[in-house]
This record gives sequence, C-alpha cells and structure tokens, in this order.
Amino acid sequence: MAEKIIAGKTVQVDEEGFLVNPDDWTEEMAPELAADMGISELTEGHWKVVRFMRKDFAEKGQVPSIRRMKNAGGIPTKDLYDLFPEGPGKKASYVAGLSKPHGCV
Amino acid sequence: MKRLLILGGGTAGTMMVNKLRPVLDEQEWQITLIDEFETHYYQPGFLFIPFGIYNKQDVIKPKRDFYPPGVDVIMSKIDVIEPKKNRVKLADGKIISYDYLIIATGSKVHPAETEGMAGDGWYKNIFDFYTIEGALALRNFLKYWEGGKMVLNIVEMPIKCPVAPLEFVFLADWWFTEQGIRDKVEIEYVTPLPGAFTKPIASKFLGQFLEKKNVHIVSDFGTGRVDSANNKIISFDDKEINYDLLVTIPTNMGSDLIERSDMGDDLNFIPTDPNTLQSKEYENIFVIGDATDLPSSKAGSVAHFEADVLFENFQRAIDGRPLKKAFDGHANCFIESGFGKGILIDFNYDVEPLPGKFPLPGVGPFSLLEETRMNHWGKMTFRWVYWNLLLKGAELPIEAQMTMAGKKRQ
Ligand SMILES: Cc1cc2nc3c(=O)[nH]c(=O)nc-3n(C[C@H](O)[C@H](O)[C@H](O)COP(=O)(O)OP(=O)(O)OC[C@H]3O[C@@H](n4cnc5c(N)ncnc54)[C@H](O)[C@@H]3O)c2cc1C
Repeated sequence: MAEKIIAGKTVQVDEEGFLVNPDDWTEEMAPELAADMGISELTEGHWKVVRFMRKDFAEKGQVPSIRRMKNAGGIPTKDLYDLFPEGPGKKASYVAGLSKPHGCV
Repeated sequence: MKRLLILGGGTAGTMMVNKLRPVLDEQEWQITLIDEFETHYYQPGFLFIPFGIYNKQDVIKPKRDFYPPGVDVIMSKIDVIEPKKNRVKLADGKIISYDYLIIATGSKVHPAETEGMAGDGWYKNIFDFYTIEGALALRNFLKYWEGGKMVLNIVEMPIKCPVAPLEFVFLADWWFTEQGIRDKVEIEYVTPLPGAFTKPIASKFLGQFLEKKNVHIVSDFGTGRVDSANNKIISFDDKEINYDLLVTIPTNMGSDLIERSDMGDDLNFIPTDPNTLQSKEYENIFVIGDATDLPSSKAGSVAHFEADVLFENFQRAIDGRPLKKAFDGHANCFIESGFGKGILIDFNYDVEPLPGKFPLPGVGPFSLLEETRMNHWGKMTFRWVYWNLLLKGAELPIEAQMTMAGKKRQ
C-alpha cells in the first residue's frame, strides 16, 4: 500500500489512489483529489454530492450507489454524470475519500 | 413447537428445506415454506431458449416435486414481513408467526425502471432473456430475423448471473454463423462496467474473446433512456447507440415484498452479514441467494455454497452457539462460449478468477479461465446436476470455500 501527501497530510492509498481509511479524509483534500480525476473546480453541485456521500457512508457504512444518490440524496443521475463525467460513481467516491464502489460481481 | 419459516421456494429456498428437514426434530420444529408460484424455472436454461437449444419444457418442473415430506407448503403471495413482530402476512390477510426466518425471495428484472424501455418497442424489437416470456419472445423474433445491428445492453449492476450477457453474445455469434447470416449481423456489447467483466484478469481474458468473435464492446455506458421510436439507447451523458434489435438486461431488483416490508436497500436487496448470512438487523433472520446485498455473484452456484454455510449456522443459532464466518463469496460459473466450447471461472470476495484445473488440482477435468470442450460439457450437465443434486441439497464434490489448490497466480 502506498503513502501519499494530500493537502499536507500523509495518508495511505490503494493502487488506484483511493484513500484506504475514509477517516483520513478532510474537506481540504477534496480539490486535490478532484484534480486527479480531471475536475479542475469543485462547484456547489460537486459539494452536494460529496457531502451526501460522506453523510450516508457514516450512517450506513456503505458507499452509496448512483441509485441511492438519486433516491435518498435527491441528486438526479443526469446531474451526477454532468458533474463527474464518465464513471460518476467511481470519481465521486474518489473525491469523497471513500473506497472504489465494488462493481458487484 | 417452534417454527422455521422459509420465504421463497426457488433455488435457495428449496435447497435449505431439503437440507434442514432431516436434521430438525419433527416433534420440535415445524417447517413452513411459502411461495407464490407452482412452477420452478431452471433460470440458467433461459440463455439457451432464444437459440432453440432448449424449449420451455426443458426448463420447468413443479416446485412441489422438490420439497421433502414433513414440510407445510403454502402457495400464496406474501404481502409483508413484520420482523419486529416475528410474523408475516399473506396476500389474503392470513398471519404466520415464526421463531426463525430464512428469506430466499430472489431477484427479478424491472424494464420499467428505464425510461422508454417497456414502451412500444417491448417484445417487438426490444427483448430480455432473463424471464421465460422474454426468452420465448426473443426465440420467435430471432427465428425470422434477417440481420442488422444487435445491441446487448446491461442497464445497471448488479445483475444475476453476470456472465450470462457475455454467453448470450458468444452464442449469438455462433448461431448467426450457423444460420449463414453472421456477415449481415453487427453485434455490440454495451456495459456500464469499464470492461467485459468486473475482475481485471477475467475482464481482459473475456475481452479478448469478444474481439475474436467480432463483438464490439462499448464500456462505461450508463443507460439513461430508450428512444424506441428511433431505435436508440441514450446514456446519461447523452451518448447515443442505434440498434435494430435490442437485447437488454434490465435493472435487477429484489422482491417487491422487501420494499413493502422496508427491509432492503435501494434495489430491495437485504443488508446481510457477508460471512455468516445473518440479517444485519435481526438476529433470527437469515438471508440467502439473490435476495442478499452481498458483493458476490447472484448465481445458483453461489446460493449452493451459501446453503452449506447457512445449514451449519442455522443449527448453531438454534443451539445458542456463535455463528461461523464461513462464507467467502465463492462463485463458480461455466461460461458457454459458442461452437461447443466453454470457459470456467472460480473466484471469491478476495481472489479473482485465475487459470488452473478444477475441481481436482492438476487433473481437472475442467480448465479454469481457458476455453475447452470439456467446460461446455460441464455447462450442459449443470441442468441435470441442478434438478437431481443441487435442489435436493445433496453434497457436490466442491467445497463451499474457494481453494487455491490447482490455481496459478499471475
Ligand atoms: C438467464 C439466466 C442465466 C443464469 N445462469 C446461471 C448459471 O449458469 N449458473 C448459475 O449458477 N446461476 C445462473 N443464474 C442465476 C440463478 O438462476 C439464480 O441466482 C438463482 O435461481 C437464485 O436463487 P434464489 O433462490 O435466490 O431465487 P429464485 O430461484 O428466483 O427464487 C425466489 C422465489 O421467491 C418467490 N417469491 C418472491 N417474492 C415472493 C412473494 N412476495 N411471495 C411469495 N413468493 C415470492 C418466487 O416465486 C421464487 O420462487 C441465471 C439466471 C438467469 C436469469
């Protein structure tokens, strides 16, 4: 497992750069993580997604699915794709410091 | 008298009732099983129906033929589970209480979850093959189709039997070749996943097969809606794909019953301990088969391995012993690859499919992550194994837990 300095803090990340421990995450890290995903600026829309994911994860212990973000978070799937193009589940999770959503085999 | 209640008498419910009846004292334990329908469908057989390899009679048998004596079987729709009251309500209002509950209510496809899918094109040039109705309608369509562009599309994950869509395009390639129209058919495989399969080594291996069979893959495609007037599927980020024939794997969801009972996640799958199969919320409820929210495949083979674990854990629970964390996500899937050949994959939560021999290390007779005639034979024999051994809860020569013996790390 690799270590990486994000927003001045040393954290553990997996092969793909996802935070290993979600508790290491702080809001200050989000812009840097977003940049890794090719997102240059975090808008209010992005923050709504990230905050919902953090809150839901804290409550349920599971990274919310795209469907859950729509049903419980009130985030239309189309918006999610606009904000985190090509693979929104994965990208939003990365920015929120959560693990890669398992594709469910 | 205590009561074990089993909801759903399909693959998993049938296995559990056959395993548990002989070991639970009839003076002490009443077992009641409830299912809505009399007919058991061999769902893995649906794959072969569109190509005329199986017909309807090949995939159906009466459910009751597979339940052992000494079990009360109720054929009724279950309206709601009231877990806090340890009881369920049937559609006719009848109440049935339980001491322990096993939920095995499976999963189903929901085309109406996708805008435009279940509209004018449904069963005209849009079909599923995950239901008997869909498989038969597609059979009639394909019999007379003269060619064009066939799109196989997976709407969203998870789906039951995640290899079935790959098998469908492999068989289609073979079938159109047999019909002499392969040169008139373009096949496209459209998936929300980043590749042919979820796990990297198998994804690469199966991806090569798609290429070899001249099937074009479109990955990371999240199906937003279907425009059936113009024969197009459109992704959430506005990419468009035209089709002449759309074979779709619609959204898979757990039983509506789970939603009515407020016991599931957003897809009506029940939060379940991934290793013990106990419900995360209720100590006297266990969940098995497609009904769980586990990150394992939704497959009959998985339900079989789960049944071995649940058999032991149920007895531990009633004897007041700690449960064994014994389920490892083991899945074992034959993949029909066309032209009389097949591929076999064996994996669990942690170890992705690897090459090797199976089930006897070094011997086989089956080969993992390799295309052989013997693997095809295994796939075709599975139907016999399913009806005669698996449903009856008999021991198969495969351990519930995955083994590394005979496998090669890459
Ligand atoms: C096309 C296709 C190909 C497949 N290929 C393979 C394969 O090659 N290998 C493999 O291992 N698996 C395969 N599978 C998957 C396999 O069939 C399923 O994973 C397995 O049947 C799941 O068993 P289950 O008991 O969980 O659900 P089911 O067998 O579906 O049983 C659920 C039962 O619950 C009942 N029920 C649900 N709700 C209610 C209610 N409210 N009231 C009363 N009764 C209710 C239903 O009537 C049903 O009988 C395939 C599936 C499909 C569709």
